[in-house]
Amino acid sequence: MKVLVPIKQVIDANVRPRVKADGTGVDLANVKLSINPFCEIAVEEAIRLKEKGKASEIVVVSIGPAKAQEIIRSAYALGADRGLFVETEERVEPLAVAKVLQAIIAAEQPGLVILGKQAIDDDSNQTGQMLAGLLGWPQATFASKLEVDGDRATVTREVDGGLETLALTLPAIVTTDLRLNNPRYPTLPNIMKAKKKAIDVKKPEDFGIDITPRLKVLKVSEPPARKPGIKVASAEELVKDLKAAGVL
Amino acid sequence: MTTLLLADHDNATLGSATARALSAARELGADVHVLIAGSNAKPAAEAAAKLEGVAKVLLADDPSLDHQRAEPAAALVVALAKDYDAIVAPATSSGKNILPRAAALLDVMQISDIIKVVAPNTFERPIYAGNAIETVESTDTKKVITVRGAAFPAAKEGTAAAPIETVAVTPAESGSAFVSESLSKSDRPELTAARIVVSGGRALGSSEKFNEVLLPLADKLHAAVGASRAAVDAGYAPNDFQVGQTGKIVAPELYIAIGLSGAIQHLAGMKDSKVIVAINKDEDAPIVQIADYSLIGDLFTIIPELDKALG
Repeated sequence: MKVLVPIKQVIDANVRPRVKADGTGVDLANVKLSINPFCEIAVEEAIRLKEKGKASEIVVVSIGPAKAQEIIRSAYALGADRGLFVETEERVEPLAVAKVLQAIIAAEQPGLVILGKQAIDDDSNQTGQMLAGLLGWPQATFASKLEVDGDRATVTREVDGGLETLALTLPAIVTTDLRLNNPRYPTLPNIMKAKKKAIDVKKPEDFGIDITPRLKVLKVSEPPARKPGIKVASAEELVKDLKAAGVL
Repeated sequence: MTTLLLADHDNATLGSATARALSAARELGADVHVLIAGSNAKPAAEAAAKLEGVAKVLLADDPSLDHQRAEPAAALVVALAKDYDAIVAPATSSGKNILPRAAALLDVMQISDIIKVVAPNTFERPIYAGNAIETVESTDTKKVITVRGAAFPAAKEGTAAAPIETVAVTPAESGSAFVSESLSKSDRPELTAARIVVSGGRALGSSEKFNEVLLPLADKLHAAVGASRAAVDAGYAPNDFQVGQTGKIVAPELYIAIGLSGAIQHLAGMKDSKVIVAINKDEDAPIVQIADYSLIGDLFTIIPELDKALG
């Protein structure tokens, strides 16, 4: 079974984003960019399926500006077999991404698609669900456990009240939550090998898909700042202050 | 011009997230119909009918709609969509699961997790873990929106109940089946609705200590219990306790952070709390930087003292 893993390049999770002074967005110049943490978990899960003999080939796909190709190489270094990169300098929204992926999936015919549940830049949490809808495939989002057996997948999901387990008939869409796995570190020889591996580069037009954004970003601003706090010396003082503030 | 609100419920009761999303839905300026999609869900429909500002409740009652699985729920929303200009759901695990699937089938780009309605087509939403706020205008004819509950007040019960109308359901093959669930049972308030939240981090050191130190304090304060990702990953607390960018978003009157450093991802889930208290041994910890009151020291000494001071 072929497993397809769509991935996204985002600002590194350890970098504090800065809003641009002109209010047009977040400053990404000279900022460390990485594979989205949830996407990395998706790649790792695909590799584990291959190691268990459940997957035959891992294809990673990314859509973004030219420099985002780096994350295809990161995925190669972890163990992905083949990479497809759709290059565009446009802002691509989840709906457009889902449409491009739908076209790629029609050609690739994977048995399972694993995506991160959310990109930590736009925090949309949509692409996997949208893709499942467009394909008419079953979905299991926010997965913390995945088992594949023949043409069925059993997925445990993290939901508001605790955990829920679903059985899906493949092909299906799974999106990853934090506790699905701990991604491995790439080894140096694999990083070197990944640099030489080919990447199939395409454009959105190659799929005949209009990626024009549906949402106009009018403004990006700093969140309101909190008032500076105070240090209290003891638990008694804290309780007194909280009572005075009317919250106890 | 009508808005459809997809409710989050467990058939028997309606979650407070729905009442909060209702407040956002009403700000769109149109009549609001609440959709209860479930199985034996009449009690949830009756609860929705009582909320102020609900013009009508649609009850879609069918075994296939139990457990709010995305495939049948999204198909139902799509089938009803033609009569609505906006479709809204709370950004709960269920709303986040169902609504984007429906949005794609309607060829609409969803606006996720709104915190403010600026105009019926313009919204504010947090991005980058709340480190930036984006104002977006939707150019789609239909709007599909999820609502961050912590940003809106819960709608109250009104004086008259809205009518409940039954909606026919055509069950279809969905490719997914419910197997089991393991839900946390607790007499404490729900995390996203509590007035006070007591949250613990990795410094608690073990599941035993987490329970021994945090739970009595939470009970004394009638508080909900939260946890940092590190504490959940380490197995000190279950996943549904996690507060943060990808966990639960809370904005209580009082948030007491105990032995947690306050990673960006955690702050994203609680920094809109009215009053924040940090109890931490590290005075340079990020949580101390944003706290209104900080008490620096060993939590295992401080919590018993706090317990005593509370009487």
